[in-house]
Amino acid sequence: MKKTKYRSQSGNAFLVAVSAVILGLIGGAVLMAAIGSNPFMGFYYLFRGGLMNIERIGNTLATATTLMLVGLSVAFAFKTGLFNIGASGQMLIGGLCATLVAHKVFLPRPLFLVVLVASALIGGALWGVIPGFLKARFNVHEVVATIMMNWIAYWSIYYFVPAYLKGPSLETESASIAISQSLRAPWLTKLFNGSYINYGFFIAIVCVIIIRFVLDKTTLGFGLKAVGSNRWCAEYAGIKVNRNVVISMMIAGGLAGLAGLTFYTGYSRNMQIGVMPAQGFDGIAVALLGASNPLGVLFSSLFFGILQSGKGFMNAMTSVPPEIADSIIAVIIYFTATSVLFQRFWDRIARRRGSRRADQREEE
Amino acid sequence: MNYVIEMLNIRKEFPGIVANDDITLQVREGEIHAILGENGAGKSTLMSILFGLYHADKGTIKVRGHEVHIHNPNDANDLGIGMVHQHFQLVQNFTVTENIILGKEGSFFLDRKSASKRIAALSAQYGLNIDPDMVIEDISVGMQQRVEILKMLYRDANILIFDEPTAVLTPQEIEDLIQIMRNLVNEGKSIILITHKLAEIKEVADRCTVIRRGKLIGVVDVADTSVATMASMMVGRPVSFKVDKKPAQPGRVILEVHDLNVLNNKRLLGVKNFSLTVRAGEIVGIAGVDGNGQSELIEAITGLRNIESGSVIIEGNDITHADVRRRNEMGIGHIPEDRQKRGLVMPARVFENVAIKEYYHPPFSKRGILDADYLAEYAQTVVERFDVRSGEGIYSLAGKLSGGNQQKLIVAREITGTSELLIAVQPTRGLDVGAIEYIHSQLVAHRDKGYAVLLVSFELDEIFNLSDRIAVMFSGELVNVVKTGETNEDEVGLMMAGITGKEAGR
Repeated sequence: MKKTKYRSQSGNAFLVAVSAVILGLIGGAVLMAAIGSNPFMGFYYLFRGGLMNIERIGNTLATATTLMLVGLSVAFAFKTGLFNIGASGQMLIGGLCATLVAHKVFLPRPLFLVVLVASALIGGALWGVIPGFLKARFNVHEVVATIMMNWIAYWSIYYFVPAYLKGPSLETESASIAISQSLRAPWLTKLFNGSYINYGFFIAIVCVIIIRFVLDKTTLGFGLKAVGSNRWCAEYAGIKVNRNVVISMMIAGGLAGLAGLTFYTGYSRNMQIGVMPAQGFDGIAVALLGASNPLGVLFSSLFFGILQSGKGFMNAMTSVPPEIADSIIAVIIYFTATSVLFQRFWDRIARRRGSRRADQREEE
Repeated sequence: MNYVIEMLNIRKEFPGIVANDDITLQVREGEIHAILGENGAGKSTLMSILFGLYHADKGTIKVRGHEVHIHNPNDANDLGIGMVHQHFQLVQNFTVTENIILGKEGSFFLDRKSASKRIAALSAQYGLNIDPDMVIEDISVGMQQRVEILKMLYRDANILIFDEPTAVLTPQEIEDLIQIMRNLVNEGKSIILITHKLAEIKEVADRCTVIRRGKLIGVVDVADTSVATMASMMVGRPVSFKVDKKPAQPGRVILEVHDLNVLNNKRLLGVKNFSLTVRAGEIVGIAGVDGNGQSELIEAITGLRNIESGSVIIEGNDITHADVRRRNEMGIGHIPEDRQKRGLVMPARVFENVAIKEYYHPPFSKRGILDADYLAEYAQTVVERFDVRSGEGIYSLAGKLSGGNQQKLIVAREITGTSELLIAVQPTRGLDVGAIEYIHSQLVAHRDKGYAVLLVSFELDEIFNLSDRIAVMFSGELVNVVKTGETNEDEVGLMMAGITGKEAGR
């Protein structure tokens, strides 16, 4: 009885997400038809591009890995009532720390991987904790502070990479990391026929499990959620609001730092200067579609991963431009953001089914 | 007999609940007709149907004898029906005039001047005392309500619905409102008054329709019916207005406040040189008009507001600069003034709200991991003991509970935490008679267990009913502390205006 109540709530979020996705796809189909392409062919190649063989599946998973970690970062901050728009900067700094380690630190492989992961975690956490502190101490809005931190990271990379990590040929990107110093694993590459998939995928899955546990089962998560849902009540109950804000931003930053790790030392193996990673913002979409729930983030990042890695193939095989895939994402976000409408719709369906729930207390 | 409004055999069903079951309401021209019922009895649903927000499943509505169909609030307005909602619907940074003409601006060019003139005239006609050029955020709650009334009058409404109009007002503002309602009726308007406050009905209403659990219980002439009769019609059983309590047995000192000075939100001294002791086994009531430093005092004692100077001591321990959690651990329970803002996390579940002050230590959690079974078990006992009702039990979202059950939940949490000192601020604000009776009895029971209770209330009845001693606050200062048995409401009322016993001619 109790358990089903819980399920009915998350089931609702699931239906909302699915409705948004379907409407997003319909929106994409309309767009394709409007430019004179065949939507069925468009979608066929879009999904084929993401899933048609083992290599492409591997690439889709590698793309989804970064989105998953950024989505988790944004979702975690959401739970504490914070809007982490600085995942891009946290990714860059996490990636920079990891790239430095990859180039300069030589240790036995297992130990090396631990140091690599820790460096990105710490770098990202540092980049998250600064806006957290500014919010807690001086009430600087985190949206402003994190955007500033994005640009500080961007320009730091711009100068740091050419100065210390320059590649042999190009001024604009760092030297390529040796496979043995990256997150890539020969057995994985081989298993997926030479795709970009790497250990980052397992790191992301472990993070989903850990974050889910932290939010649902620990006192830390309890306090964070209380602050996020009603800071006045949290304060009244003796929960330290400011400390929780700092902790939340630290953890969110650390997760985004790990996203940078998987992207810069796994998916690609170098850092380009002058590029703000778009995943930092796509992660907001992932978190929204996933209803800020770790499991939801897992699935929505996989879905967005398919769209992202399939759009190039769609463009190559049809006359549909790759921006259609981005438009589909945009339409999905639009419908997720207006999810209240779906919620009402599905609530009504549920009630029609004659479920006699007494929670419908009279509207006083 | 001329009825301006007739709602005949109205039925309205929500899934799982019949909100209105065959209810008939007939309002005569020029009368004040009260609708009395507990929270959840179906008053607001009935009025929402009349105002076009809901549609009745069955039944007919007649206005001045003609059957009408009201599909939305605009239809209602066209029929001359206006409503003052419990929560005002005003734009804070607009002037009174701008708010009133909003939606009725007339032609393309705004004619503020003539609108403002007409509003001033209406205000004078009904004794509303409103300056049309004031900005809403600068005027008091009572005045905002009068702006709402003006809004209806500006739209030529002659049937006025007041939804719980006194819930947000001070005693003086209530007096003013009652006078205004009389003026309105004298000018030929008809009024429907929704309330669960019996004293107000007795004072102002002509007739009263009582509903309970969606059913019509009866219609009475207020002049011929006692308050006790109406109360028992509303609740369904006899209600005692006097709280049963034995004389207090004050024991050791629990709370000591010495020379406390606290700043208010305007950075001025909100509490000045305030000293008070509360002993185990007694209820000390703080009487005073809202805004005389009570909130600041309580926030200073509970750690939500910094203390400028002075000290707060609990059972010999100085907690002047302790954080909130430390104070909770010292045994302070706190039923906060604003239950929506401070008291509960609305989007969280009941069992989470029950544990929100204690989740971090055993047996609620061990080494940072919550014990879900214990949380559920604990919440279950608390909820059962205090009869907190909700759709999904301890798994309901707190925001889905009715107002009375939300307050019960807070009281349950604070009393179960074996608080040495229970601070109750406006513990029964907005509740119906049955819930008030229950919460009062719980506060007395807490006292009888040998704990200290500090009560803050703006309602003198409540202060006198519960308190063993009364401390009167005026303008941040303690005017006097008196024993309840040795004073009366007049004397305390004078003290609330800052006049001490001696000056009052004693």
